[in-house]
Amino acid sequence: MPRPFSGKGMACRGHHICSSVLGRKHRSLPRLLKTVILQITELCGAKRVGYFGPTQFYVALKLIAAAQSGLPVRIESIKCELPLPRFMMSKTDGEIRFGNPAELLGTKMQIPYLITEKNTFKRMDDEDKQQETQSPTMSPLASPPSSPPHYQRVPLSHGYSKLRSSTEQMHPAPYDARQPLVQPEGASTGGPGAKPPRHQTSLIRSFSVEREPQDNNSNYPDEPWRITEEQREYYVNQFRSLQPDPSSFISGSVAKNFFTKSKLSIPELSYIWELSDADCDGALTLPEFCAAFHLIVARKNGYPLPEGLPPTLQPEYLQAAFPKPKWECALFDSYSESMPANQQPRDLNRMEKLSIKDMADFPVPIQDVTGDDKQALKNTVDEVLPKDMSEDPATPKDSNSLKARPRSRSYSSTSIEEAMKRGEDPPTPPPRPQKTHSRASSLDLNKVFQPSVPATKSGLLPPPPALPPRPCPSQPEQASEAELHPQLNRAPSQAAESSPTKKDLPYSQPPSKPIRRKFRPENQATENQEPSTTVGGPASVAAAKPHPTVQKQSSKQKKAIQTAIRKNKEANAVLARLNSELQQQLKEVHQERIALENQLEQLRPVTVL
Amino acid sequence: MAVCVAVIAKENYPLYIRSVPTENELKFHYMVHTSLDVVDEKISAMGKALVDQRELYLGLLYPTEDYKVYGYVTNSRVKFVMVVDSSNTALRDNEIRSMFRKLHSSYTDVMCNPFYNPGDRIQSRAFDSMVTSMMIQVC
Repeated sequence: MPRPFSGKGMACRGHHICSSVLGRKHRSLPRLLKTVILQITELCGAKRVGYFGPTQFYVALKLIAAAQSGLPVRIESIKCELPLPRFMMSKTDGEIRFGNPAELLGTKMQIPYLITEKNTFKRMDDEDKQQETQSPTMSPLASPPSSPPHYQRVPLSHGYSKLRSSTEQMHPAPYDARQPLVQPEGASTGGPGAKPPRHQTSLIRSFSVEREPQDNNSNYPDEPWRITEEQREYYVNQFRSLQPDPSSFISGSVAKNFFTKSKLSIPELSYIWELSDADCDGALTLPEFCAAFHLIVARKNGYPLPEGLPPTLQPEYLQAAFPKPKWECALFDSYSESMPANQQPRDLNRMEKLSIKDMADFPVPIQDVTGDDKQALKNTVDEVLPKDMSEDPATPKDSNSLKARPRSRSYSSTSIEEAMKRGEDPPTPPPRPQKTHSRASSLDLNKVFQPSVPATKSGLLPPPPALPPRPCPSQPEQASEAELHPQLNRAPSQAAESSPTKKDLPYSQPPSKPIRRKFRPENQATENQEPSTTVGGPASVAAAKPHPTVQKQSSKQKKAIQTAIRKNKEANAVLARLNSELQQQLKEVHQERIALENQLEQLRPVTVL
Repeated sequence: MAVCVAVIAKENYPLYIRSVPTENELKFHYMVHTSLDVVDEKISAMGKALVDQRELYLGLLYPTEDYKVYGYVTNSRVKFVMVVDSSNTALRDNEIRSMFRKLHSSYTDVMCNPFYNPGDRIQSRAFDSMVTSMMIQVC
């Protein structure tokens, strides 16, 4: 009897590895006799065909499992439920490639097949590939692209149930088992970068083509770039908070302040702006704003930013996908019926303007999508562009299907949470300082969302990173808020400027000035540094919005501040005196040192000579 | 067709400089730097602010054996300097002008981005890709 696997001369490298791995595996398993192994190889057809194709490998593993569980090594034994085969793998170089399958063998039988498929895809030469395709055992490999609808029907199980391929003399069970994996893999890897960069990303690539037909209700397989209804409403609300008129723009500076709150880095925000401001006018319309917001949310959830604006985030798509009904339900409370009507023609005009440009920039949406996916996307996109208008029924369904799909990263729900959280962050700013905490944004946080409750704010206001932490933050904060009322607190405010409570002015300014923020968004940045000059200014504006509750505490706080001021002044004086004394001592010590050095020099030549 | 493209701010520090054969970068940087003198000379020679496309384009600043340097200045005294290979004799003035126009419009797009602070290095990918498209024809 020939040595096991000798016949598997390995015309193809990939198969060689299969067999060598198998051989090694088996050798490391004392329990499986060589005869059994021989039987297995015979049964799975490797011996006949001359190599371990993926299917043979797969079947062989099944047979091994059967053998290990005591079942007779026969084809029929594969059909029943089998525990997974146990292998003791030694981590050699040759096996590292199958290291993943080794781990996964403990979990799923199908994944090794997929891995080997991936590996064989990766490492096969063209001729090998052709060999693969020519052999009858290649039908499973060919099958995924050819029978996508089948995937959706296959239940998520080990799928020993169906025999699919008739040309296969061996077991279609492996192929069936493979299919359910496709669906969960496809479903769970809905987005680019959704999985950690492991073999799964290559699986995404391998199965991206199949995945696309699985997209039930859309022609865009880029799920994370699709805005759901709730997200859309949220974005529209945010837009309205920044700019009441939904048909006009948000200016660049306003948008900048708002997006800076998301704590993304400035280069990333800059890039997101570049992507979303399609007409490069320095302002965001509602669809542009939604796209930008969506990109920010996606980035915060860990998705890498795309190379170009995804098709689902293009302004005309957004406008088409969320037409009047959206406007109506989102805007009815504030606006008349005429508004949506006015917006539509205007939007259409913009669409016309934009459409050409967007067609020109039509991007490759997702960063880590490979060539096949790009091709497929481009094809689907070309089909879909004319169908933009018809997407309306599709998108709500799609959003439902989005949520319905089991995913390890349930994008829609987590993104909503993240977005909501982010949206809520400004109203209740966290007590810790934020990384991209520019001065303007620290003010805006409080200004935009808390126009009326100074008391609660004081406890929550974060200290600006520029100033050192100081004692007793809360009382002086409240007091300094009160100070902004010029009638009451001119004197203490002036005093406050000169004291270390300077730092509290940033807290004090935000609570009372939602109006001022809009008028002078940039001035705020400088105001923190020039409290003396600006307290007067903002104070006068703030006078327009008196806070009756604060006035009650003003007197107490005044005293507290004054005592604090006095104490700090005394401490300052003490430290200054100490400083001068030490300086003097330092001078004296220097002089002594010089004298000693002189002596040393005088003495030295004497000794040398 | 350009071998090196540079955007210089009003205060004569570079906002963006990129050359195609990346090994000889220093040479190009030096050429751009020396060409700034010529640019300043031309600007002062122009006298009052002449807001005309033709005046914005400064033309050939100076030729060397291997390279020709062209300049362009914007209204805000931001200078674009382009170094082209002398062997590219087919390059006409109009083409250079159109390249500068493209540069100028991309630059304004970068400016429109509120996250861009004037005086920062230009890191916009759109700008990069536009410059690449201008330079890639060399290779």
